[in-house]
Amino acid sequence: MLTGVSFRLSPGQGLVLRGANGLGKTTLLRTIAGLQPALSGRIEGAGERAGYASHADGIKPALTVAETLRFWADLYRTDLPEDVFELFDLADLRDRPAGTLSAGQGRRLGLARLAVIGREVLLLDEPTVSLDAFSVKRFATFLREHHLGRGGIAVIATHIDLGLDLPELELEPHRAAPEAQGGSDEAFL
Amino acid sequence: MKALLGRDLRLAVRAGGGFGLGLAFFLIVVVLVPFGVGPEAAILARIAPGILWVAALLAALLSLDRIFALDHEDGSLPLLATAPLPMEMLALAKALAHWITTGLPLVVAAPVLGVLLHLPGQAMPWLLLSLAIGTPALSLIGTFGAALTVGLRRGGLLLSLIVLPLYVPVLIFGAEAARRGAEGLPATTPLLLLAGIGLGCVALLPFATAAALRVTLR
Repeated sequence: MLTGVSFRLSPGQGLVLRGANGLGKTTLLRTIAGLQPALSGRIEGAGERAGYASHADGIKPALTVAETLRFWADLYRTDLPEDVFELFDLADLRDRPAGTLSAGQGRRLGLARLAVIGREVLLLDEPTVSLDAFSVKRFATFLREHHLGRGGIAVIATHIDLGLDLPELELEPHRAAPEAQGGSDEAFL
Repeated sequence: MKALLGRDLRLAVRAGGGFGLGLAFFLIVVVLVPFGVGPEAAILARIAPGILWVAALLAALLSLDRIFALDHEDGSLPLLATAPLPMEMLALAKALAHWITTGLPLVVAAPVLGVLLHLPGQAMPWLLLSLAIGTPALSLIGTFGAALTVGLRRGGLLLSLIVLPLYVPVLIFGAEAARRGAEGLPATTPLLLLAGIGLGCVALLPFATAAALRVTLR
């Protein structure tokens, strides 16, 4: 889908991926996260250090907000930071079953997972979907102060302006020619 | 792995988790059999080990498609796959959670239901033992099948078709051990073969499940 994409990020740097729908932003992020192999090329330094957030939040309706975050902390063997509830405006929702949250609240819970898992490289796929302007600002603050400010790296696919003043990578010039995408057999597998 | 197991068990026992579905099915089948076959104790006692084993197998089959499907639908699966937990351990945790919520209740309930089918008392330990050894294999095989079909719409039928032939050896040796126990014959050989199948499943299937998950996650 994409060809000739190359970038390198140092600690504290973020990158915003731009491109039309269906161009391959999600595929690129999934490839960096290790969910699918690249047809060619190399990815260095991500792997075990990367945390991936997809469109979907992976929220279980039967678990409460606190239980959800506790689960991710346990799975990643990190401590659950107390300030994460304040950071994502979830303090009042701690003991609410996640199934009763609104779309925006659910998204905030999904994003709060990123603050819990303690990964240096965050791969974010449309993180601001269904967030209101205020929550977008809060998320941008989290990224700037708690993640990038502490030496983290972020690769973000988004259509909106987060107000973070990050460098942008336009993917349109990297669109692969149709014949480079492999035969139908390969696509099927 | 403990975290994932804890989460899955918690989800299973909460509302809508499907805990007890397999057990209820097991109960219904065993209770209905005497109505279909007739109340003659001699006939029921003869077919009891087979009925109990077939019912347990079908009960385990019933909840297989939920193992990965729910995590697939809400998007947890890629998030779990990128977690530090190796995919093989993820597969093992899922199978273990399935066994604890489905297989273990069946093992516990089987002797009680055996009484309903006039299963002789001397068969009880053998029935219990064969189910205790056999049901983990059912969960592991089922988890593998669920991983193969997770991305498919309406994959339930395909899942049954894949899993049922793999269940047959477990059924043969499990029911045979229980039957021999019921008739007072030595049942060690089928039990050992059953244990062999179970150990083989524990050793190999988590890797196969992990490989299948990696493909379906692409």
